[in-house]
Amino acid sequence: MSSTTEGTKYKVIGTRPVRHDGADKVTGRAVYGADLRLSGMVRGRILRSPHAHARIKSIDTSAAEQLPGVLAVATRNDLPNLKDKIANLGEGAVNLAHLSANVLAHDKALYKGHAVAAVAAINNHVAEEALALIKVDYEPLPAVMDLTEAMRDGAPLLHDDVHTNSMGKKSEKPSNISTHIHFETGDVDDAFAKADVIVEREFRTASVHQGYIEPHVATALWNADGHLTVWCATQGSFTARQQTSELLQIPVSRVTVVPCEIGGGFGGKIAVYLEPVAAILSRKCGRPVQLVMNRDEVFEGTGPTPGSATRVKLGATNDGKLVAGEAWLAYDAGAFPGGMIGPGCMCVFSCYEFPNARVDGYDVLVNKPKTQAYRAPGATQAAFACETVIDELAERLGVDPIEFRLNNAAKEGTRRVDGPVYPRVGLVETLEAARNSEHWKTPLEGPHRGRGIASGYWFNIGLKSSAAANVNPDGTVSLIEGSTDIGGTRASIAMQLAETLGIRAEDVKPRVADTDGVGYTDVTGGSRVTFATGMAAHEVGLDIQRQMTERAAALWECDVESVEVEGNTYKANGNSITFAELAGKLGQTGGPVVGRAAVDPQGSSHGFGTHLVDVEVDPDTAKVTILRYTAIQDVGTAIHPAYVEGQMQGGAVQGIGWALNEEYFFDDQGHMQNASYLDYRMPTSLDVPMIDTIIVEVPNPAHPFGVRGVGETPIIAPPAAIANAIHGATGVRMHELPMSPPRLWAQMNKNGS
Amino acid sequence: MARVFIPAQWRDLSGGTADVQLEGATVAQIIDALDARFPGMAARARDEDGIAAGLAVSIDDVITSRGLRAKVAADSEVHFLPAIGGG
Repeated sequence: MSSTTEGTKYKVIGTRPVRHDGADKVTGRAVYGADLRLSGMVRGRILRSPHAHARIKSIDTSAAEQLPGVLAVATRNDLPNLKDKIANLGEGAVNLAHLSANVLAHDKALYKGHAVAAVAAINNHVAEEALALIKVDYEPLPAVMDLTEAMRDGAPLLHDDVHTNSMGKKSEKPSNISTHIHFETGDVDDAFAKADVIVEREFRTASVHQGYIEPHVATALWNADGHLTVWCATQGSFTARQQTSELLQIPVSRVTVVPCEIGGGFGGKIAVYLEPVAAILSRKCGRPVQLVMNRDEVFEGTGPTPGSATRVKLGATNDGKLVAGEAWLAYDAGAFPGGMIGPGCMCVFSCYEFPNARVDGYDVLVNKPKTQAYRAPGATQAAFACETVIDELAERLGVDPIEFRLNNAAKEGTRRVDGPVYPRVGLVETLEAARNSEHWKTPLEGPHRGRGIASGYWFNIGLKSSAAANVNPDGTVSLIEGSTDIGGTRASIAMQLAETLGIRAEDVKPRVADTDGVGYTDVTGGSRVTFATGMAAHEVGLDIQRQMTERAAALWECDVESVEVEGNTYKANGNSITFAELAGKLGQTGGPVVGRAAVDPQGSSHGFGTHLVDVEVDPDTAKVTILRYTAIQDVGTAIHPAYVEGQMQGGAVQGIGWALNEEYFFDDQGHMQNASYLDYRMPTSLDVPMIDTIIVEVPNPAHPFGVRGVGETPIIAPPAAIANAIHGATGVRMHELPMSPPRLWAQMNKNGS
Repeated sequence: MARVFIPAQWRDLSGGTADVQLEGATVAQIIDALDARFPGMAARARDEDGIAAGLAVSIDDVITSRGLRAKVAADSEVHFLPAIGGG
């Protein structure tokens, strides 16, 4: 592993301090949602649809309500009517009617596992017993699970009121195709006609789950004064607050969301599922109600990321220049519109210069759980297709795959197919780092082995963040921020404040506050927290520094303008005092110093990565073993290199799982057959080698320390890189994920290899 | 004048024109100018709450969160894009 910031101009940034929440995490004292115990708290359970598609004719809860120990029952009748109300949740808009119908089914159950009713009882056993007493009269309807089937005329319609939205133009007839996106630049047909080599391939990828270890959990207390407090595992406490208040139609000021520690999210813990239901149950029974999902509920009732069908066609000239690209992408949205097709379309060609390109994308409703974001949502499916074709094109042209990528790589000034022009970006640097790596320079020897490479791109978004900090008399600083910490962001944010003030990272005490304790902060997602909340922390530091300068001037009875700051030392007219010494004199110079900042950075950035992988394929079983793996990424500036490496490694391992084993298996009734970690095969530590990382730093000019987001890009390249390595090992080009042994074995034997 | 790129799916209203130079100091003014030139575009670009749900506006490669009030410079590039989220 390597980092290029370590040992350079910064004192704190680029170092590797112990994370501030480390002791609580490793001793088990950190409080997760399911650890919460409140006085008088009762338990809730959810009744879920046994059908993938059914009309709900009636729900009779009378027997359940009469069971001793049952305190409340909730159904669709307890939710306000929110027909077609659009709410902006910071990171995209949501149709509240759909969100409400996902929380508790309205007129139809749209997937197996769809929540239909809920019970609060004195314990889980009574609640489970009560669920069995709820009589739901279903009228089963034909289910459609395959997205290409769902796109056909005459396919069973999930919603009568969803029409295809083509950038603001709505279709006349209702359709399972909720969105159509089309980008086009240049003269695509003419460019293909002039291309020397053309490769066109079709791809499929399965639905996969984010696979967070901690199940969804929410505890709600609807107090007698009408105030609702929700403790939950969420990527965004303010977004959870907004969704809960909108769904229940109560003022946002009457809702407090307390974010507990979170055991992974990866995009799957932004939408609410349990929070409004727990709130309704609490309102009805007057006690705190806690709902915790079982693992099968997580798989069947919460968002996987989309399965996809794609087709990519690329044309190049004999001198190795890409001249034309065409992509057709269909992603399943699950049961409600709003999938990941937009970013999929924007990312499919984002690593290369395409003078002529055309992209069509379709968001398709199927009878699966509503899909949710999963690390760079939509990009991995697109990159699997594009990077596999890129590799085949390079092979057909007889060009080294890195050289081919470098020859066509997106760089400053490249115009993407969706229009915008890149500023300074670092794809070329990641490819050069790959070419110069020990991994690439070390020959791969032995039979049935292959080496693959692929690149990936993801946006970094900005959005809103707030932070505040109090200077303590001992020279430490208590930092209050609103970004829930999933991947070590307490440390990365605290370090940016420490760097600004010239103090140690250990002297900043970060705390994630609830929605009443800090200013509005958008979700922990979009690779934004170290960028945007870090920017807020930097501005908090500048605010404190300005006030401390005033205090030094007051102490020395001089002009503020004469005070200079060097690191942690304030100087004027021969006087000198450290930050900590000055902090001890605040009582003499005007009282407490509190810094604050609220930012809404408009400058998103661009994250590129390149991955190398060596595999060995068992010729008899087609099992793929990862022999060596190197993840390379432009991270702008690595604030805490160990956590940057951790993000790169974690993303790579999730991508390996997506590539080789993970998938939802459905039977012909649309019932998931592998809703447990025993049967949903995620990689374990026994399945992967150490993931090597190479940190590339091309500072982001839109951030004071040059930060780019890190968390999402590393999941994008692995499936394509592994597919390309499998080709090297077997001669087989895989076009479907996962590349599990049965699927690969069939292709190997079909091709006679 | 700002260079405004017309999404491929709106070019049925522009007769195939892919980009135009328009006067406008804000996104709202740009959309008004677009609609004046190509009637019907405003209905696709905005709704009663501002920028249409599911759309985002990029100004000089920056996705703005300021909606219709976002500033547009005389030499800016303006794009209408699908809104994106993240994980």
